[in-house]
Amino acid sequence: MIMPGLYHILFISAALFFIGVYGFFTRRNLITMLMSIELILNSVNLNFIAFNKYVWPNKLDGLFFTLFVIAIAAAEAATAIAIIINLYRSHQSIDVENAQDLKY
Amino acid sequence: MNLILLLLIPLITAVAVLLMRNANQVRWTALAGASIQFVAAFALLYFFNKERAAGNTLQMLFEQQYIWFPSWHISFHIGVDGISVAMILLTAFVVIAGVLVSWNVTKLTKEFYFQLILLSFGAYGFFISLDLFILFFFLEIAVIPKYLLIGIWGSGKKEYSANKLALMLMGGSALVLVGLLGLYFNTPERTFDLIKLSEIQISYEAQMICFPLLFVGFGVFTALFPFHTWVPDGHSSAPTAGSMFLAGISMKLGGYGCLRVATYLMPHGAKEYADIIIVLSSIAILYGAFATMMQKDLKYINAYSSVSHCGFVLLGIAMLTKTSMTGAVMQMVSHGLMTALFFAVIGMMYERTHTRQVNEMGGLLKTMPFISTVFFIVGLCSLGLPGLSGFVAEMTIFMGSWEHTDIFHRLATIAACLSIVVTAVYILRAVGRVAMGPIKDSFKDLPDARWNEKLAAVILILGIVAIGTAPFWLNDLISPATELIKQKIMLAQ
Amino acid sequence: MPNATYILLIPLLPLAGFLLLGLFGRKYFKNTSGLIATCLLLISAALALYTAYGYFFEYGKVDGIYKQLIPLQIHWLEFSPGVSINMGIVLDPISVMMLVVVTFVSLMVHIYSLGYMKGDERFPTYYAFLGLFTFSMLGLVVSSNIFQIYIFWELVGVSSFLLIGYYYDKPSAVAACKKAFIVTRFADVGFLIGILILSFYTGTLDFNTLIQKLTNAGSPELQHAMAASFLGVSALTWGLVLVFIGGAGKSAMFPLHIWLPDAMEGPTPVSALIHAATMVVAGVFLVARLFPVFAISAPQALNLVGYVGAFSAFIAAIIACTQTDIKRVLAFSTMSQIGFMMFALGVSGTGGENGLGYTASMFHLFTHAMFKALLFLGAGAVIHFIHSNDMKDMGGLRKYLPITHISFLIACLAIAGVPPFAGFFSKEEILLAAYRHNMAIYYVALVTSGLTAFYMFRLYFSIFWNKEANIHEPHHGEGGFAMMLPLVLLAVGAAGAGFIPFGKFVSSDGAALESEFHLQFSIAPVVLGLIGIFTAMWLYKKQNDKPDRIAAALSGLYKAAYHKFYIDELYIFITKKIIFNLIGRPAAWFDKNVVDGMVNLTGNTTTAISERIKGLQSGKVQQYAMYFMAGVIGIAVLFIYIWK
Repeated sequence: MIMPGLYHILFISAALFFIGVYGFFTRRNLITMLMSIELILNSVNLNFIAFNKYVWPNKLDGLFFTLFVIAIAAAEAATAIAIIINLYRSHQSIDVENAQDLKY
Repeated sequence: MNLILLLLIPLITAVAVLLMRNANQVRWTALAGASIQFVAAFALLYFFNKERAAGNTLQMLFEQQYIWFPSWHISFHIGVDGISVAMILLTAFVVIAGVLVSWNVTKLTKEFYFQLILLSFGAYGFFISLDLFILFFFLEIAVIPKYLLIGIWGSGKKEYSANKLALMLMGGSALVLVGLLGLYFNTPERTFDLIKLSEIQISYEAQMICFPLLFVGFGVFTALFPFHTWVPDGHSSAPTAGSMFLAGISMKLGGYGCLRVATYLMPHGAKEYADIIIVLSSIAILYGAFATMMQKDLKYINAYSSVSHCGFVLLGIAMLTKTSMTGAVMQMVSHGLMTALFFAVIGMMYERTHTRQVNEMGGLLKTMPFISTVFFIVGLCSLGLPGLSGFVAEMTIFMGSWEHTDIFHRLATIAACLSIVVTAVYILRAVGRVAMGPIKDSFKDLPDARWNEKLAAVILILGIVAIGTAPFWLNDLISPATELIKQKIMLAQ
Repeated sequence: MPNATYILLIPLLPLAGFLLLGLFGRKYFKNTSGLIATCLLLISAALALYTAYGYFFEYGKVDGIYKQLIPLQIHWLEFSPGVSINMGIVLDPISVMMLVVVTFVSLMVHIYSLGYMKGDERFPTYYAFLGLFTFSMLGLVVSSNIFQIYIFWELVGVSSFLLIGYYYDKPSAVAACKKAFIVTRFADVGFLIGILILSFYTGTLDFNTLIQKLTNAGSPELQHAMAASFLGVSALTWGLVLVFIGGAGKSAMFPLHIWLPDAMEGPTPVSALIHAATMVVAGVFLVARLFPVFAISAPQALNLVGYVGAFSAFIAAIIACTQTDIKRVLAFSTMSQIGFMMFALGVSGTGGENGLGYTASMFHLFTHAMFKALLFLGAGAVIHFIHSNDMKDMGGLRKYLPITHISFLIACLAIAGVPPFAGFFSKEEILLAAYRHNMAIYYVALVTSGLTAFYMFRLYFSIFWNKEANIHEPHHGEGGFAMMLPLVLLAVGAAGAGFIPFGKFVSSDGAALESEFHLQFSIAPVVLGLIGIFTAMWLYKKQNDKPDRIAAALSGLYKAAYHKFYIDELYIFITKKIIFNLIGRPAAWFDKNVVDGMVNLTGNTTTAISERIKGLQSGKVQQYAMYFMAGVIGIAVLFIYIWK
């Protein structure tokens, strides 16, 4: 059994990140896009934890940041869902393609 | 005298105007504020002369300095010399007259008066600041209300004019800002303080770059050829008080800046570029006058004639002699009063006849003797009749310019002299068409001026006559300050 | 030394009248304004007379020479040390003489206008303007400073403008007042530049110092001014010529005379005061004021004055023979007589006998003021009676207007130079001066004085004789006492002013000049004058077709003279076609299209660019995210691989 090292975790985090980015770019459904953002944020969290564990094992900065990110992610999800609900009310849809009013 | 008073009065007035409930209260509040400021300006003149008479020969009087932004060496530094006092007096005259002629503004009265007072606040601040940073700050304050005044209360193609004016003036102030930063970074002390800057030697190279930036930047405000095109459009679209403030106050901000900031701080640059400015301002004087001859709209006539008259200001500054610079400041004061009165009269006529085309008017002397008489007086002042302010200022500039002996300066002076004929042509053409001649039937029973209009006109005429018949007080006020500028230029070899 | 206060009152009283009537006249003095103004002027005139008496007989003369006194000088505006405008009062023979002339003629006109302008709607305004004019003219004549004279010069110009345009609803009056102002303004620019030149070389604006420096052959200022030259003429001459241009504009010398005939659009008493007796001689006065400089240091400039004066006198006399508007005839006659004064200065020298022309010029100015004012006021009475300016509508009026008739006749005899009327003496001196110094000018002057007699009597016979009067309803007489009194007083002046020993009081160097009288010299001008009178009598006393036949025989010349030698047309061509079309219009076009175009171009370019790039702002969130991502990756690449 191989102990998972920093590189493995970074690989997973990178994969998560790009999955999230891909999802954010391609999905039209706002809920799915929100989920993609969560993926990106969590990939960042993974990075923080991993670097904290393997590079600076004596410090807790990474953990703190992770907690921050989680808190912000929660707030962000709440705000985003509120926006999505309002958008649904006004546009009868949560498809970003239908919400293009804010342009030149 | 505490100069902060000059800033507090308009500020309090502006807030009070916003708190008022109806239009009538707004008007009276604004008038009260302007009157207090008017009195304060005269008090300033009195205390200034008293200090000078008592032998206080400091360059700036009533100085106050508060550290504002220590790490960048920016301080709230204010003080006045003779030039500033003259300009403050001018502003006080124009503001009170402007408030009076706007008595009939019904659209958003409160906001209108707020903008007027705000503009005057910017102007007062500009004229008393001794720190270039706050000077710039006040300059910007004085620009923004103009945009709104024209855009909201204007007439004709007001959006176009408002945009043009705001953008060109903003462009001018952008140049000013760059020039100021150039000065700031080219001094060992990193200071914006006018007095300190005037004491240290700014390097020749820096002057060669910063002088044109500052002069052109301020010059845009004073209708420096070829950056004058905001003047006709801006004035013609602005409401009456807006035109008065624009021509009477904001064009003077530029002239003051050209003299106080550009020329005073950078004598080398002034010397090097003087010839170019003389050429440009001579062109502006003659060309503005000729262009005025062909205009048909009264406001355009006055706007183009302002281009011509402000050319005298820049010519006087660029001639770099004490007399010509004194004349330039006199011309600023004189033109400010005169042109404000001119626009006020045009506004009164327009309100009654609903036209500004000279060809459509005629014989107004019959139905509106007061307004037409004022029109005569202001026209005669514009063409330089002795006894009124225009003559004194122009002659001082001519005498100062003639102190140069070379043919180039002589030709420029002669060109400027010739413009007084052209001025006579267009002024008489306008006066002859509008006030004289047979009267149109539709104008037969138009009313003459109301009390507020009469009061405004009388105040401005008093100013004009006070300078025209007794110019010595203004001359004595200004010339010590221009003497200092002249000495600085003499030292720069 | 006299007390300055009462001399100061002489100009200030009319000014007070102007302010009082101008500000409150319409409201409070609707009917009494004329009396108020007249009373003020009466005091003024009395003070002027008192001053003249005091100056000429009490304190003016020191060691047999009239000195210049300056009882008052106020510092008005300082340009640079030494160069300043000082408002002052100068008393010397010519200024005192002018004080008397101006106040006297003005008083006559004030009184006359009480009748003439009665019932006019703007009665107070009229008197206010008269007051302004009188103030300015008095200020002009007592000026101690060349800039002061310029200031009052402009003020008389504007009061003339206001009075010509008094009937402001008549388009012709409006055009005339604009023309008068602009033409004289044009000349004033010359004056102004002349002042600048003179003040530059002498470093002063004060008349006394200036004349002193420029006449003293040893002074460095004079040498400096003589040494500097432009186009081969010394700077001093240029300066004086330019000053003379200013004077020529005001005094209607050729070719700047075109405003004077049109100026007759004003009320007739105004023409008498401004455009005959006082303002138009300001140019002569100016040259006389600077006369020592002209005569001693710049003889070329003085020659120019002489030739311009003689030419103007001659050409105006020819034109006057053909005009039919009586006021225009008088206007051209004024121009001609001022030409006499000008060339009299031009042929004069300084000191003793040489200065005869100077004395003669001032003498003629004095007598001319009397008889020309009288002619205009008489013409005013005629116009008042007949309601027309055209001599074709007149004739046989001697029965209806007896007093006017007699006084007019006296004035005509005076201007024609018939002894013993005033004009004879002054003209005689002028001709004598010309005879001694410049024969060419003398002959021109001789012919002109013959022509003068002819056209004045043409006027006289056409008005008072010729055909029988065609008056349907003689609704009013000659006008009341107010109109007749000035006529009588001026007639006395025109008849008797010649007997004043003028040379004793006014001469180029202040010392008395004995006027001499040569009988054989007077024969030629008097005979020529009589020939002129009898020709006019033969042609115009009875209605006949001789004048028309002569006019037809001289068709080309007559037509040219009738149209004032087309000088007006030339001016219109220059102003309309050249200045308006070739300078004004292109300037306005240039501004609208090129300068403004540049500004709009900047605006439009910005708009066009933003039009191109605004597509980036699509509203698609994911697209924005793509750009963002691309940016982040780009920066990451930069940091990782390039900047390390």
